[in-house]
Amino acid sequence: MAIDAATVRRVAHLARIKTPEDRLEPLAAELNGILAWIEQLNEVDVTGVEPMTSNVAQPMRLRDDVVTDGDKVADVLGNAPRSADGFFVVPKVVE
Amino acid sequence: MSDLTKLTLKAALDGLKARDFSSEEITRAFVANIDAANPRLNAFVVQTTDKALAMARASDAKLAKGEGGPLEGAPLGIKDLFCTDGVQTTAGSNMLRGFVPPYESTVTANLWRDGAVMLGKLNMDEFAMGSSNETSAFGPVVNPWKSSVSNADLTPGGSSGGSASAVAGDLCLAATASDTGGSIRQPAAFTGTVGIKPTYGRASRFGMVAFASSLDQAGPITKTVEDAALLLRSMCSFDPKDATSLDVETPDWTQSLNKGVKGLRIGVPKEYVVDGMPAEIQALWDQGVEWLKAGGAEIVEISLPHTKYALPAYYIIAPAEASSNLARYDGMRFGHRAEGTTSLTDLYETSRAEGFGKEVQRRLTIGAYVLSAGFYDAYYVRALKVRRRIAMDFDAVWDRVDAILTPSTPSAAFALGDKQIDPLQMYLNDIFTVTANLAGLPGISVPAGLDKGGLPLGLQVIGKALDEATVFQVASALEDAAGFVAKPEKWW
Repeated sequence: MAIDAATVRRVAHLARIKTPEDRLEPLAAELNGILAWIEQLNEVDVTGVEPMTSNVAQPMRLRDDVVTDGDKVADVLGNAPRSADGFFVVPKVVE
Repeated sequence: MSDLTKLTLKAALDGLKARDFSSEEITRAFVANIDAANPRLNAFVVQTTDKALAMARASDAKLAKGEGGPLEGAPLGIKDLFCTDGVQTTAGSNMLRGFVPPYESTVTANLWRDGAVMLGKLNMDEFAMGSSNETSAFGPVVNPWKSSVSNADLTPGGSSGGSASAVAGDLCLAATASDTGGSIRQPAAFTGTVGIKPTYGRASRFGMVAFASSLDQAGPITKTVEDAALLLRSMCSFDPKDATSLDVETPDWTQSLNKGVKGLRIGVPKEYVVDGMPAEIQALWDQGVEWLKAGGAEIVEISLPHTKYALPAYYIIAPAEASSNLARYDGMRFGHRAEGTTSLTDLYETSRAEGFGKEVQRRLTIGAYVLSAGFYDAYYVRALKVRRRIAMDFDAVWDRVDAILTPSTPSAAFALGDKQIDPLQMYLNDIFTVTANLAGLPGISVPAGLDKGGLPLGLQVIGKALDEATVFQVASALEDAAGFVAKPEKWW
């Protein structure tokens, strides 16, 4: 399945990465190279094989539904690009 | 006094305990080495000298009273993807430049609990995506080793290139590292050091900057197998803050060393003979087999038929997980935020385009593609099924072998810049290491010989899940047999 510039534009948008027009063709060529190599997975017989999402065979642990942390406003905001009065400050998005 | 920075971790710990020298002395010796070497090797991205000296003095106070933990007073380097409270943590990315975590990763917290001293943060490929350290926003790390046939700067491997270079160059006693597809073992092989990735779930991922969560695992890079056993023990723990942390005891792996390999069954997988593999890699592997045979091990030829599919499966699974994990970098709560954008979408897209380097962008794009509607089953789900096939290959041989011997890498360290043109050539570096990540198994790289240019080569031992003991046992025997004592000649 060949990827063209339009597909790269769409996928780059899905990934939320601004990609200039003149990068679309080169990226398409790179991705096609990688995906052509990945195509060899189609040789594997996976009939009846369950997808493997984890190496850990144990069931997911549950903890008590209680508050374990909090009151760390300064820590939470400490790395914010902008903050004020205990809030994250983000650009206006509603006109 | 002899050069303290050349000591192994074990010898340094013994010397500290015996009060032959103080933690402050050995810490100052390493700081001097870093100051002198870092302009050339670029291994450290942050030096925490004041903190190191304060920690060293605190250790000395404990040691003076005959107290202290298993790593008391030992100066270590920390890969820059472990969050360190109050110390910049970037994972080698401009996206996180200036990010100062208000909390400590569990792995590093364990080290400080055990008395270790932090010298600083070590350079790495951006978000651990790379095999040469060239994707770091801080520039590539340089390998202390040089080939006898060229003066070119060589890669220390990646992504834990800073860790490997720092240990090989005597800039720290040992270092933390992490391994998603080979990022501990390949740099260890390229620098004549020891690196082990434990069983998935042994070391907590809490506070490690995430790349591919089902594959990421922390481990040490050290000068000797014994040092690796010591440091890994401190790094590992059950951690309720990591949902995939295993609630198991952490053994004392030093008990597994120097026991020989008599009676052990060692598998040699025929599929690890790959096209274009240099003759000296095959020769080293053959030599490893001979050493183990001479030590009384039984060599068993095995087949792991899906080996060749491991890398392509990895290059779907890892980018897919990365595209999900790295969605958090949206420029809102932390990380880089672009200025002068026109809409919310523009803000996201521009922040990420400015903050992420080229390789990270490439992988996030692949990840978004293989997870997108219409391709999810064909690529992502198929890769997960192939992953299970690969794990089943290993399951099928464990009744016949106790451990598996392979080369660590398909070549010795290459020159910086050599493989940047073709991403696929770069990806092939992990061909022997990535299977252990996909199957969650422990794997160690031990320096075992030199190539014709005098560069180190490593052998890898893969073991059963949670059986690091046998991995260490075999690695210790290989280390003994190889008698690897070569060190890079100091040029920096």
